[in-house]
Amino acid sequence: MIDEVRLGVVLLCHANLPMAARMARIWADGGARVVIHIDAKVPAATADKMKRELSDLPGILYSRRIRCNWGRFSLIEATQHAASQLLEAYPDCTHVYLASGSCLPLRPIADLSAFLAAHPGRDFIESVDTNEVGWVIGGLNEERFTLYFPIDWRKYRKLFDRCVAIQRRLRIRRKLPRGLTPHLGSQWWCLTARTLRAILDDPRRDEYDRFFRRTWIPDESYFQTLARRHSSGIESRSLTFARFDHRGRPYQAYDDHLQVLEEANCFVARKIWPGAARLLEHFPRPADATPDPAPPQPANIERLIARTLSRRILGRPGLYMQSRFPRKDAENGKTSAPYAVFQGMTDIFPDFENWLRDHMPGDVHGHLLGPEMVEFAGRPEIGPGALSSSAVVRDYDPQRFLTALIRVTERMQVFQFSPRDNQELNWFMATDPNAYLFVVTGAWNLPLLDMDMPFDDVRRITAMLQRTEMEQLQVLNSVWVKARVQLWEFNDFIARPQAILDKVLSQIDPDANPVTELPPMRDMTGLPEHLQRLRNSGLHPHLTGDQPITKASHILARNNI
Amino acid sequence: MRTLEHLPIPGRLRRRIERQWLIGRAIKRRHALTLLTDRTRQIASRDILAFVTQRNERVRLPYFLDYYRKLGIRHFLFVDNNSDDGSTEYLCEQPDVSLWWTKAGYKQSRFGMDWLGWLLFRYGHGHWCLTVDPDEFLVYPHCDDRPLTALTDWLEDSGRRSYPAMLLDMYPRGALDETVYREGQNPFEIACWFDPANYSIRKNKYLGNLWIQGGPRTRTFFSYDPKSGPALNKIPLVNWNRRYAYYSSTHMLLPRSLNWVYDEDGGEMASGCLLHAKFLSTFAEKSAEELDRGQHYANSQEYRAYHAGLQEGAHLWCSESREYHDWRQLEDLGLISSGNWP
Repeated sequence: MIDEVRLGVVLLCHANLPMAARMARIWADGGARVVIHIDAKVPAATADKMKRELSDLPGILYSRRIRCNWGRFSLIEATQHAASQLLEAYPDCTHVYLASGSCLPLRPIADLSAFLAAHPGRDFIESVDTNEVGWVIGGLNEERFTLYFPIDWRKYRKLFDRCVAIQRRLRIRRKLPRGLTPHLGSQWWCLTARTLRAILDDPRRDEYDRFFRRTWIPDESYFQTLARRHSSGIESRSLTFARFDHRGRPYQAYDDHLQVLEEANCFVARKIWPGAARLLEHFPRPADATPDPAPPQPANIERLIARTLSRRILGRPGLYMQSRFPRKDAENGKTSAPYAVFQGMTDIFPDFENWLRDHMPGDVHGHLLGPEMVEFAGRPEIGPGALSSSAVVRDYDPQRFLTALIRVTERMQVFQFSPRDNQELNWFMATDPNAYLFVVTGAWNLPLLDMDMPFDDVRRITAMLQRTEMEQLQVLNSVWVKARVQLWEFNDFIARPQAILDKVLSQIDPDANPVTELPPMRDMTGLPEHLQRLRNSGLHPHLTGDQPITKASHILARNNI
Repeated sequence: MRTLEHLPIPGRLRRRIERQWLIGRAIKRRHALTLLTDRTRQIASRDILAFVTQRNERVRLPYFLDYYRKLGIRHFLFVDNNSDDGSTEYLCEQPDVSLWWTKAGYKQSRFGMDWLGWLLFRYGHGHWCLTVDPDEFLVYPHCDDRPLTALTDWLEDSGRRSYPAMLLDMYPRGALDETVYREGQNPFEIACWFDPANYSIRKNKYLGNLWIQGGPRTRTFFSYDPKSGPALNKIPLVNWNRRYAYYSSTHMLLPRSLNWVYDEDGGEMASGCLLHAKFLSTFAEKSAEELDRGQHYANSQEYRAYHAGLQEGAHLWCSESREYHDWRQLEDLGLISSGNWP
């Protein structure tokens, strides 16, 4: 049981020394012993300026300056030197916190001490077994330990990648020192002085150092691995709040994160945008009379980061814009919401659109892809989202038209379709899980019945529409279909329209009222004869159904049509 | 240069030739520019610079300069195309403006891009450069809380060199000349409406950029020929290098890797918007003048259409227009994205 916590801090500073000096002052003022390591790459004048700035704080020590390269052992070396110096100069230290010059303490240092005192003997170091869990985002995982890394990634990225690829191909594997299980974790930790001493004074340290010298990004594995050997109580979490994006770059905090950072109640945050003046002024919070040992509650900020990350990686489904233009089949959601397409219904029931509007929630449009105009519900000149009702404008980019309409409206979009309409979206809709496609094939024959046209023209149009619908059916019957497709042949549908419509509506909306009455049907007298006439003229109308003509007329008769 | 498209030259080589030709042309045309005020010595190493061509925009300039100063632009490099409304004198007096003057043809100078190309080459190297018109106002995620330097720092950390901002046409509720725009006024007090979701997008394989069209202009003036509608994709913010060149206005650049500002695997990259305050009371007179000069893209086809449309009393507002509030609204609508910038 440790009664009192005496905190020591190792501060690694690479760039932006004025900010680092500020942080050092915060730590020192909070009662922590501070050892600063200034990267040897920093010009001497700048380093001296920092030392002058902190000259009123006599307790601050400066460790031997080492040239640090990102992802290299030099960082560990710098930490080792600084930590040894700290423990030597202040043997009464009970805990050592590793922080960087751009890590901003959010809560008073006294809170941190109180928290550590409440968890005596615990080492706060994130340490994840590489064999079991992939901790790394966007990079190498266990291969960090098993391959050689002679090339600087920052300078020669392609060469680095090739080097890794070649070693993989040659199955090169480095041997781990006996008794080590590789662990990874955040490079910012807080260890008890006992554990840290054990790591630094380990009799096999030379062997470990030699091994980690050739490991990739040892700052995320050296202490994390060795702490597992020496610590008696590991709390596998970092007290420094740091999150990385999908490429492994740290997220920065800005002024507008003040609220969420405050709620998170974290001790230390990394990393702060240097221009975030309000954050730097606001944090750390002034110390209360009694230190608050409450643990961090980063749920809100985690949620914010998870949302950002998923937006970057997955994006919003059904969105096509200047910075999200997914290639075909990589859309992660072709459209943003379910929508329904009815094909053939308006041919059978001329007033189907209005009838449907009364029977289901959602915006029921006419033929959105119709040849003359975009038939928005109510036929406005400008539809939802300021989409033009001009068919020319729509056909210029029909996919953006449909996806924009579905995304910009709040209710479900329902529209009519037929082989007369623009067919460009057939594949798109058929492969979209959001689409409900209800198709009565061959229904387009009906309006041709009372066309006042020469039979030759009717025959030509029939042939054209039939060909179009056959092509569409090929799409709808392919193995790639993701939409919920239901097909009825005309005769099947006519045989029991009420039951089918009932089923359809309850599929879209489970709470839909049962269909009790149908909209008025188009007059079908003469359809069998018409079809026979088409047959006689050498055209085979086979989308209406296979039943013999007599049976069809029998069904029509039974339905009082 | 157009002839190159028909020659059997591999795309890569062709793009290289075109880029060098564009840069060479800009350097050659530097003599068309007369230096009026040179304050370029003020430019410090990490300053964000704005490059602007203007002609008779005196009324708009005060708000424009104010807006971008607040955003964090440290120096403005203006090319004045023979103005006669006092804007030249006004710009000369500004403490953070360097001004060049020319009377060369706008059209003959690739719509001003030759002039700006030279200035970018000469002064932009190593800086984040914003190339805009006086009626374009950059909006990006968090722009009310974070200055432009926060954005450019982050872009640089993320290894990005260019930032897209689609042109969003803003218009007033009534007729364009109903409310007169006063000097210094926020133009979006008047023109605060926009089209939320009627944009078409296609990909240009040769240059890798997206070609965005649509909006109120296409809906009103080009509904019979949407292909001729104005292009709305822009890449105005670039960490400039003297080897870069704007290809056509600020719509796309060479080398083409600068145009890859969108994700093709489903994710969203960060993007902003240029609010376009073109449709104000000043527009009617301007369109008449520009029509006479014939100095605009595709034989001023746009201006011709507007002029004809506006003569008939057409206005751009419709019942589906949205009123502009802030960047969050634009992000929700999917016009911009904060991408990976929480």
